[in-house]
Amino acid sequence: MILDAKIPEGPMAQKWDNHRFRMKLVNPANKRKYKVIVVGTGLAGASASASLAELGYRVENFCFQDSARRAHSIAAQGGINAAKNYPNDGDSIYRLFYDTVKGGDFRAREANVYRLAQLSNEIIDQCVAQGVPFAREYGGLLDNRSFGGAQVSRTFYARGQTGQQLLLGAYSALMRQVGLGNVTLRPRTEMLDLVVVGGRARGIVVRDLICGDVYCASADAVVLATGGYGNVFYLSTNAMGSNVTAAHRAFKRGAGFANPCFTQIHPTCIPVSGDHQSKLTLMSESLRNDGRVWVPKDGDDHRAAPEIPEEDRDYYLERRYPSFGNLVPRDVASRAAKQVCDEGRGVGSSGLAVYLDFADSIERLGRDAINQRYGNLFHMYEKITDENPYELPMRIFPAVHYTMGGLWVDYNLMSTIPGLHVLGEANFSDHGANRLGASALMQGLADGYFIIPYTIGHYFASGSFEPVETDQKEFEDTKKSAADRLQRLLDVRGGRSVDSFHKELGQIMWEHCGMSRNEGGLRKALELIPALREEFWRNVRVPGGNGELNQSLEKAGRVADFLEFGEVMCLDAIGRKESCGGHFREEHQTEEGEALRDDEGCSHASVWEYKGDDDFPVMHKEPLSFDLVKPSVRSYK
Amino acid sequence: MNLTLQMWRQRNLSDEGGMVQYEISDVSPEMSFLEMLDILNESLIARGQEPVAFDDDCREGICGMCSLVINGIPHGPDSGTTVCQLHMRRFQDGDTIYIEPWRSRAFPVLRDLIVDRNAFDRIIQAGGYISVNTGGTPDANAIPVAKSEADLSMDAASCIGCGACVAACPNASAMLFVGAKVSQFRHLPQGHTERARRATRMVEQMDAEGFGNCTNHYECMAVCPKEIDVRVIAELNQEFLRTELTGSE
Repeated sequence: MILDAKIPEGPMAQKWDNHRFRMKLVNPANKRKYKVIVVGTGLAGASASASLAELGYRVENFCFQDSARRAHSIAAQGGINAAKNYPNDGDSIYRLFYDTVKGGDFRAREANVYRLAQLSNEIIDQCVAQGVPFAREYGGLLDNRSFGGAQVSRTFYARGQTGQQLLLGAYSALMRQVGLGNVTLRPRTEMLDLVVVGGRARGIVVRDLICGDVYCASADAVVLATGGYGNVFYLSTNAMGSNVTAAHRAFKRGAGFANPCFTQIHPTCIPVSGDHQSKLTLMSESLRNDGRVWVPKDGDDHRAAPEIPEEDRDYYLERRYPSFGNLVPRDVASRAAKQVCDEGRGVGSSGLAVYLDFADSIERLGRDAINQRYGNLFHMYEKITDENPYELPMRIFPAVHYTMGGLWVDYNLMSTIPGLHVLGEANFSDHGANRLGASALMQGLADGYFIIPYTIGHYFASGSFEPVETDQKEFEDTKKSAADRLQRLLDVRGGRSVDSFHKELGQIMWEHCGMSRNEGGLRKALELIPALREEFWRNVRVPGGNGELNQSLEKAGRVADFLEFGEVMCLDAIGRKESCGGHFREEHQTEEGEALRDDEGCSHASVWEYKGDDDFPVMHKEPLSFDLVKPSVRSYK
Repeated sequence: MNLTLQMWRQRNLSDEGGMVQYEISDVSPEMSFLEMLDILNESLIARGQEPVAFDDDCREGICGMCSLVINGIPHGPDSGTTVCQLHMRRFQDGDTIYIEPWRSRAFPVLRDLIVDRNAFDRIIQAGGYISVNTGGTPDANAIPVAKSEADLSMDAASCIGCGACVAACPNASAMLFVGAKVSQFRHLPQGHTERARRATRMVEQMDAEGFGNCTNHYECMAVCPKEIDVRVIAELNQEFLRTELTGSE
């Protein structure tokens, strides 16, 4: 597997400009001749589909949800970063770049991150022009707030529904192109496999989720914008349907998978309430602007929160990290919460929670101001827990939220399979080992609005394309293997439901490949996962048939892929013998329990190549070099 | 607690469908309504029966996918919430709960509790956007927008497109949904260039899809999980009439 990142020559600040000039162009009249398949309609997918169609390419866009507007980007709450420096507080493109590289614990590719910071400002302009109702000051200009890992206020937001508003902006641009006949939209249609012809990605196999038809779509290039794989843990903040299938199938067709062990555990989620729990709900990081995190100093202190006096409380983030305080990055905040709970100082009935307290802010700013900022989040919290956060502090606990790992891509966002491009959370490129808050929305839209429209043209103009037909052998073979697999799932007729396997896999992953990992635990997971997978294919019960709307069958296909993919994550976690960002290896920590990176041995992206179902995948390395930001101990003290 | 569920089962679009009764026990008040249905489905699978199909995705009240009529009320008894945010503590031991899909000609039932809401997408395709291509846009702070206007825009923009407004309306009107989109752009300077065209086209598409018109029952506002105010319907009417009277397309 050749990993050529194709980073352009020249000084960092001019790389993207130079590259845009050197890339080949497709004549406007010739763009109609090229067809692009886009899978996914989240921020990355919808923005890519709309932008490519505006340029004149023919686009076919697929999503498994009933409408393109429901992709999981919609659930992002807090905001989107940009280096506008509107508040005049010292921000710049360089500072956003620096914060993102540092926040990612020096495991991201500098050139990609720099470009992301450069594009951030255009994104805000684009969204405002589309009618995204960002929060404003009384003077009519845009308001900003701050997020973890930054000491400037660079986050634009639309109440606690920023992801929703940005997605509806991209969705409306997409709908406009659908209305104009430039995009063919296929909702309730799930990608089952990738079709590779002559070494290039030329199509996909999909299932119509309403009637069950399995069919092929062909194109000159394929764009995956299929999100992350956090649901491998069963419980996460992801939507129920979020899955790894598209990315995993691409991996099995030859695309390298980078840093699969890099998963983000978000510090502020509503704690688990019982075995029935089906998902976890995030409470936006923005709450840490005004909420203070604490636990009782004494683990045996069982008084109600308001009755515990100030001197008996431990505001442990403010104590340990005085300069960033409650706004340390997510990985640091999550681990600190785990530590105090491990010490027996956790709160709530399970002891697996810490307080996020707004009493001081309510006293300082008034209840109305807090309601203005976080009203919908407080409402959501109260609905779920039956407690009023204006009166009692919220109880929060870390939960799986985002996956920094993803399909490996070069600077052009192309995977190791020519023609297969990967955008948004589905790729690995910009966040290293930990993503900063409000950067996912920025990356998804940068990829879709401002990068892929350029780089895909370069790909088309750089070679010639034989026409392909969906009845040719490569398509027929891939379709048959996908259809056979569905039939095999139905034919097992065993005794256990799909969900029960998914839950068990999630427990294994959380226990051994979650917030902290060690070699012994990971090796154990590598015994447990194959055994569970073997039982799945022997004992799963998938009711119903293939030729109909069958949600059990949909879930079964996704869980079958998680059961393979979880193993790759554990292999990667074993191989990375250091602690960095969201990947905390217990063997590698400082005396104070902080993560200990190994820049000599581990300054690389680990990229896994599929070698068949009976062999382990092979790991390749893309070495990372840091020319501008010298890796240092990441201190938020 | 133990509950009796009366649920709509329908195999596919052409099946007639009907209510089927299920008993469910050991329901915890901490469970969400959809988690209760998960438990029911697990028990159906264990008994060799087919689980009940229902739409859901984010389970945090924002994606707009979940869509159940519970005891005759879209999204159930709590105001300002989606079904996925409804918890079983709202019910009593021994209750019988009636669970049905959205009912509207424009939302055909695909299976059990799942309906087809693509009509909403087609309405947006007809005009629910500002016609800007990617790139070449002015600086975001170039056009100031009064906070009060931006807030009205945001209030309307918070619509999640779930369709509860249609399900609750005796006329199956989609005017709260259409009004919300029209209102979002009406309160922003960026939206003004196409205001006439937008209102006309969206209303035409709404009519073509078979949705009814508003006769001021306000059931839509009562069930809207985002509590969108019916003022957006008045604004839609204003925008529509403005075009009719001035003839400016």
